[in-house]
Amino acid sequence: MSTATTTESKDLAPVTAESLAALLVSKERPPRPSAWSASMTFGWRAVLKIKHVPEQLFDVTAFPIMMVLMYTYLFGGALAGSPEEYIQFLLPGILVMSVVMITMYTGVSVNTDIEKGVFDRFRSLPIWRPSTMVGYLLGDALRYTIASVVMLTVGVVLGYRPDGGIVGVLAGIALLVLFSFAFSWIWTMFGLMLRTEKSVMGVSMMVIFPLTFLSNVFVDPKTMPGWLQAFVNNSPITHLASAVRGLMAGDWPTAEVAWSLGWAGLFVLVFGPVTMRLYNRK
Amino acid sequence: MRTQTSGLAIETAGLVKTFGGTRAVDGVDLSVPAGTVYGVLGPNGAGKTTTVKMLATLLRPDGGEAHVFGHDIVREADEVRGRVSLTGQYASVDEDLTGTENLVLLGRLLGHQKRAARDRAAQLLEAFGLTEAAAKQVKQYSGGMRRRIDIAASILNTPDLLFLDEPTTGLDPRSRNQVWDIVRAVVSQGTTVLLTTQYLDEADQLASRIAVIDRGRVIAEGTKGELKSSVGAGSVHLRLRDPDQRDLAAHLLRQALDAKVQPEPDQVALTARLGTAASDDSAAGQAARALNELARAGITVDNFSLGQPSLDEVFLALTGHDTHESGRSDDSGRSHDPKDEVAA
Repeated sequence: MSTATTTESKDLAPVTAESLAALLVSKERPPRPSAWSASMTFGWRAVLKIKHVPEQLFDVTAFPIMMVLMYTYLFGGALAGSPEEYIQFLLPGILVMSVVMITMYTGVSVNTDIEKGVFDRFRSLPIWRPSTMVGYLLGDALRYTIASVVMLTVGVVLGYRPDGGIVGVLAGIALLVLFSFAFSWIWTMFGLMLRTEKSVMGVSMMVIFPLTFLSNVFVDPKTMPGWLQAFVNNSPITHLASAVRGLMAGDWPTAEVAWSLGWAGLFVLVFGPVTMRLYNRK
Repeated sequence: MRTQTSGLAIETAGLVKTFGGTRAVDGVDLSVPAGTVYGVLGPNGAGKTTTVKMLATLLRPDGGEAHVFGHDIVREADEVRGRVSLTGQYASVDEDLTGTENLVLLGRLLGHQKRAARDRAAQLLEAFGLTEAAAKQVKQYSGGMRRRIDIAASILNTPDLLFLDEPTTGLDPRSRNQVWDIVRAVVSQGTTVLLTTQYLDEADQLASRIAVIDRGRVIAEGTKGELKSSVGAGSVHLRLRDPDQRDLAAHLLRQALDAKVQPEPDQVALTARLGTAASDDSAAGQAARALNELARAGITVDNFSLGQPSLDEVFLALTGHDTHESGRSDDSGRSHDPKDEVAA
């Protein structure tokens, strides 16, 4: 396609005043889009980007498959006697861990967009201010769903049999995607706050690794030292992993689901306004 | 405090923006009449883009105030956003998306229904000669095409005020002329344009009034004629056949034109800077007189060109320093106010 960049201006027809005038006569402006409509339009942009750059789905397909295979066979024999036994416990947890890890790319995509002029264009539009950010997150919610489906499929192939059935599994995924949407406001904040893509990645790793590993995703926290138990048992990731595990097992763990939703609400309430403050000040 | 702003698209008073310790915009006062092209001329780093970003509600001013069509840019930012469009130095469209997708996306964000957004996108692409490239990603567009899609995106809804931030920087002369034509067409339909540029000829071609900005301050403001006469009518560049005649030619030019004459490093070349004293006479008229004088003295001129005052010359005349040193190292060299010299 390099021809397009070299032979251009010769082929570009001059713009006539008449043709433009015809377009400019109308001074009518349609009513502003609703908050929902603007957010969905930005979500559509995210989907278009996936369409044009499908490689970016690598992190929601290959990476989750790798996670399932790696941890099932690495720890399965030692922790549960066999990989088949272990995956019954591990899969919901590794699902939570992988998807929560994937959320950090939100910050990177926000950060790379800022550098481009299109960000200024969006910010100068008369629309509901958070819709740009909500749009990113809606697009990402789609990615989280893809990752979840991929991992469950691999899990079922490896012998995972959720007792909660379809309904339990769907409820688990819904909770996970909802939580990740809320959690991602941390990354939109960092994406707007930090200067370079690299620093966004660096900070994201610093947050995401301890947060996801120091949880009950791999093992029961009872074997951990007391101080670590205190952290792990109160970590939002532990609550979420327990809730998703319970939902998929058909237990309907009300308390854990409530904890997960509570944390999700807290993330939005704290990091949403900080993000929007940065967005408006940028 | 809201001032009476009938007939003014933009009115700013003492606008200030600081980055760290640097006052990027240092008390800018502008009055832009509606329905005109207003040029903001200045070198890189003079504060042009920062000023535009504040007026387009992308940056919050640290001091002073500004109204766009009577709306305060901070307290009534949303009203301002509803009436302005911005085309920045970089393509302000999504490079990963196609031309059509970009315009439909923005059309939807401006409240058009799906069908209307698609129709409008197609019409704009057609008018801007981009129909063939409509399904290509913008990252594959050339510089000229990007500028076009960018301006097309800015007039999806006919804006009352269009900010064009250095719209032709980096374009070849042909594409630049085409952008100029587009700007003229937009203005002829009643849109006010605030144009920032580093090029005097661009401001000259398009703007009716010009503000010269340097180190975050407006150092001169006026019509094109006023600005130009403040820096002289331009320069005459001559190449003589015989290097021995150069001294005589320089002498004659000084006498005939009251011009500052500089010998060039090239043995046969001369530059005469036309003075302001003779500004009732046109630059071409002065040059014709000069050629006449030289011919009478038997001096053969091989080559001749008439240059407009360049931005560098305007700058030199207005600030005492050239455009390259606008990195604002110190403020001490700014004791006199050249504004008085221009406002004639």
